[in-house]
Amino acid sequence: MSTSTIIPTVAVEEDFRTRAHNALGDQQLRNNFRTAMDSLMTKRAAAFSDAHEREHLRALGNSIKARALSKLPDLLEQLEQNLTRNGVTVHWAETVDEANGIVLSIIRAHEARQVIKGKSMVSEEMEMNHFLEARDIECLESDMGEYIVQLDHEKPSHIIMPAIHKNAGQVASLFHDKLGVEYTKDVDQLIQIGRRVLRQKFFEADIGVSGVNFAVAETGTLLLVENEGNGRMTTTVPPVHIAVTGIEKVVENLRDVVPLLSLLTRSALGIPITTYVNMISGPRKEHELDGPQEVHLVLLDNGRSQAFADSELRQTLNCIRCGACMNHCPVYTRVGGHTYGEVYPGPIGKIITPHMVGLAKVPDHPSASSLCGACGEVCPVKIPIPAILRRLREENVKAPDAPNQVMRGQGSKYSRKERFIWNAWAKLNSSPTLYRIFAFFATRLRGLTPSNIGPWTQNHSAPKPAARSLHDMAREHLGKQGERR
Amino acid sequence: MSAKQNILGKLRKSLTGTTPIADTFDVDLVTQPYTYSAEQRIPQLRKLMEAVHTEIHLSSGAEWPALLAQLLRDRQLPSLLIAPTTPHGQRITQHWANNPELPALKSYDRPMEEWKTELFNDTPASLTGTLGAIAATGSLIIWPTREEPRLMSLVPPVHFALLKASEIRDNFYQVQQEFEWAQGMPTNALLVSGPSKTADIEQVLAYGAHGPKDLVVLILEDQ
Repeated sequence: MSTSTIIPTVAVEEDFRTRAHNALGDQQLRNNFRTAMDSLMTKRAAAFSDAHEREHLRALGNSIKARALSKLPDLLEQLEQNLTRNGVTVHWAETVDEANGIVLSIIRAHEARQVIKGKSMVSEEMEMNHFLEARDIECLESDMGEYIVQLDHEKPSHIIMPAIHKNAGQVASLFHDKLGVEYTKDVDQLIQIGRRVLRQKFFEADIGVSGVNFAVAETGTLLLVENEGNGRMTTTVPPVHIAVTGIEKVVENLRDVVPLLSLLTRSALGIPITTYVNMISGPRKEHELDGPQEVHLVLLDNGRSQAFADSELRQTLNCIRCGACMNHCPVYTRVGGHTYGEVYPGPIGKIITPHMVGLAKVPDHPSASSLCGACGEVCPVKIPIPAILRRLREENVKAPDAPNQVMRGQGSKYSRKERFIWNAWAKLNSSPTLYRIFAFFATRLRGLTPSNIGPWTQNHSAPKPAARSLHDMAREHLGKQGERR
Repeated sequence: MSAKQNILGKLRKSLTGTTPIADTFDVDLVTQPYTYSAEQRIPQLRKLMEAVHTEIHLSSGAEWPALLAQLLRDRQLPSLLIAPTTPHGQRITQHWANNPELPALKSYDRPMEEWKTELFNDTPASLTGTLGAIAATGSLIIWPTREEPRLMSLVPPVHFALLKASEIRDNFYQVQQEFEWAQGMPTNALLVSGPSKTADIEQVLAYGAHGPKDLVVLILEDQ
């Protein structure tokens, strides 16, 4: 994949560690995240007050996604057939460049200048806004959070709540500076300002771009959930609607969305359902009075087929993008979404991003975790995130010539020295003779151990072998016992 | 090779030698906790919809036009958008004919493009029917048609919706089964569970984000 033509709005500063360090020192940012995550965790817990139901529902969600993935190519073809029958044009893209190219060709075919977007994480993967702006096409976000983030030339810091890193005062200043409105911290007023600006944009837009929450193969239906109504506006008012989605969003049957929808909204926001569940099965029919004349669906791979190839990593594609893993992550809550430097932050970001950009580009992703297990425990479709993180750590230190290479950019943390040390350590601990010789010298030469051993001694005192080994002392102890008898 | 062939080829190769996972969909799990008696349905729907700022009025088949007229006057709404060929649209037209002092009626009777500016800027309220509701989640089922198009329930800031009490279903699964949606979906089907809202700024809930600021449901208890 080449993304060289795409200019990010915010240059991603430094590396993960530096960004994390900076974020940890930003008290405002930490307060904003802490408050929001605490509230989201409480809401989710209340929405799943019946643990028995919750666990069975999670198991069902997992089995629905596993079933869909187990026949993914067939379901994608069925989806395409049914959508085509319904009058929707389906496009396939292996890379984000291809996907952007498809979107651009549709826009050019209509000589369109203004695009309005509903919330779509896949379009963030594509960096669609910048791609289109570089070609003189306005591409405006219409989700309130996304709009705020775009106005400040930032990226979303959370997949459900893009502007969660800002407080009302920061939004007030932003609106005052960029829109020339009177400064107000009143959230109702701020939202009404956004509503006024964006209503005009919905009115003018030539093209609406949205994501998809679930694509139903059985009926050829695109299901979108949202609270604001911007998704409905985007998919109903402009003459052309382009939906972009990952190939893993397809489910087999319409009934499958019943538990998935419930899991999604309860896990994400702690609500029984979103304000709008929008099921789109085609463009405006003859004699209908509104709705888009054309509907397109772009199915994007972008590394998903790589995750799919390995049965353990395939589970990454169960994700229904609820964000619960980040809400419950002690690391995400402290460092915030921007620290990850990529589209998907938090635990799910750590396991999906390496497939999209290559492990070498995000070498610290798998290790930026305490492996506390909270993400795996709350995941509504039971993705074993901690196990996958451990797996990616292994893949990232594999020798370049090791067999079974499963992902692009793997082995980026491979070090011959480290590998040599571990091999020696393994040998030492599996051979009694070698171990005895080692213990003999380690105890007697303990004065020679270095006091500085890299990152370890930044936060810990250096380890020093004891004067006598445990084996030695045990042997002596058992010997004395023998004498007493 | 096209992108489609490449993607499908890779996926198929990865699945070589595997068998599809069996369908073990557990219907009870998504229906049993969400089954209600006839007496429970309206209170359950009300509880959930009112929790998200929906205004609910109980009325009857005979009285709802007068109630609607009163609600329009209370809110000082200058006009109401209706779908003139629907039964409820016709009912309103009759009622209005007998009461000439009521707010003006507008009809959604031509393609949106022909009156887009007026729809966006000068249409303060609308009335639509519903296909029923879902008690489990507090949702109206809206199935826009040629007669009653999609934007009626979205663009006007106040949306009045008529709901027959007998058409309140228990849960989404039951609705899909009863309407046989798996055999064919309409161009657009919607579940609407309150007025438009957002919590995108500091998680503070604000109503009237992009869709209606007010959703007013008239439940016809005798229908």
